[in-house]
Amino acid sequence: MRRTGATALRVLRQLRHDPRTVGLLLAVPCVLQVLVHELFDDRPRVFQSLGVPLLGLFPFVAMFIVTSITMLRERVSGTLERLLTTPLARFDLLAGYGLAFAVVAAAQATLVSLLSFGLLGLESGHSAASVVAMAIANAVLGMSLGLFASAFARTEFQAVQFMPAFVLPQILLCGLLVPREEMAGWLQAISAVLPLTYAYDALARLASDAPLGARFWFDVLVVVGVTVLALVLGAGTLRRRTP
Amino acid sequence: MSSAAISIRGLRVVRGAREVLHGIDLDVDAGMVTGLLGPSGSGKTTLMRCVVGAQVVAGGAVTVLDLPAGEPVLRERVGYQTQAPSVYADLSVLENLWYFAAILGVGRETIAEAISVVGLSGLERQLAGTLSGGELARLSLAAALLNAPDLLVLDEPTVGLDPVLRRDLWGTFHRLAERGATLLVSSHVMDEADRCDRLLLLRDGHLLASGTPEELRGRTGAADLDAAFLALVDEAGAGDA
Repeated sequence: MRRTGATALRVLRQLRHDPRTVGLLLAVPCVLQVLVHELFDDRPRVFQSLGVPLLGLFPFVAMFIVTSITMLRERVSGTLERLLTTPLARFDLLAGYGLAFAVVAAAQATLVSLLSFGLLGLESGHSAASVVAMAIANAVLGMSLGLFASAFARTEFQAVQFMPAFVLPQILLCGLLVPREEMAGWLQAISAVLPLTYAYDALARLASDAPLGARFWFDVLVVVGVTVLALVLGAGTLRRRTP
Repeated sequence: MSSAAISIRGLRVVRGAREVLHGIDLDVDAGMVTGLLGPSGSGKTTLMRCVVGAQVVAGGAVTVLDLPAGEPVLRERVGYQTQAPSVYADLSVLENLWYFAAILGVGRETIAEAISVVGLSGLERQLAGTLSGGELARLSLAAALLNAPDLLVLDEPTVGLDPVLRRDLWGTFHRLAERGATLLVSSHVMDEADRCDRLLLLRDGHLLASGTPEELRGRTGAADLDAAFLALVDEAGAGDA
């Protein structure tokens, strides 16, 4: 537990020395949300339907990128090899990363919520706090997928390309742009095995004023389950012995 | 405990399609500074990675402090400094050492001593990324010293350092050995060989010779260790033919 905390603190300290990244992490989602709001200025219903899901998906994308790059840097710089010769358990390392990025995601989601609900007039059927909580869960999902993806990148160029490769298809097919029922059957089938589909569905249910229902909790379960699965697979890629 | 801190028998390592260590047998005496010498590409780093349990081996046995290399309990007792400085460039000297102290499970009071041992006093608040190459290497060394491990495996710790600093660091290595630690230190500079209690000469994945500097000089009749190394290479070449 001590080592998990120390790792989280170390990751946050690294971020603190990089104010530009912190600024981008916090400012970009806000700017994008304002853009979406202005884009649909004369169609407020569109903003109402996009606002909550976007708020919850920004941290997913951001943490996916940040984690895959940071983890790749650990692999390339030799710090990972060093850490794996110390008593640090692989779980401590992964949990430390998860904890640190959950803190960042909480800050990010809180800021976008204050902006969206406070200034842009966004409304959701369920509490803003539950939207922020879902955003944090999505951030940790993004982190765990980014961590897993980083094992397949040898260079930072490759890691950056994983964003369009892993994330964009999920955003296209999750139901945000076209409702899933209107997709061709084979697209629906693909959509059904992508974790972001469930993250989006949960956010859409938080946005509507209908009761959440069992489907919402199933969505949450899938998001948490995939996070754990990706972390277990990711831990498998952190080999103490390498060829 | 036996007098050998590291005992290696028939060690073979294959990397890619190439065998880089071809059946190494050696012992590293406890409480000594042992130099692992050999030209670049001779297999020094691979051998050290085997000792710390980071290397997949194709055959043979590596015993470290009477346990198979890579045993979880050894992670508390073996310190490893990789050849490339493995510290966080975007953290300060102090923040790096805070983290490694927490990982190694030792208090922050160990940090001040490690910093003074490697001669980084006054640079505590500086970002590691802005240190010179030599300073970075010493920070990486300081991180390996924090928990006063029983065995220190140091991969070219003195490369790129000025002569005064190199002399000081070798002094530090011997002080650590006097306190009971075992040190395995690699170098590709033969003039560092005389600073070691024991020598292991590695070439093309074979152990060429081992012994004290005096023994190696005496065996070859050479005046200095550079000449002794050459004589041993010729001897091995004649043996092959």
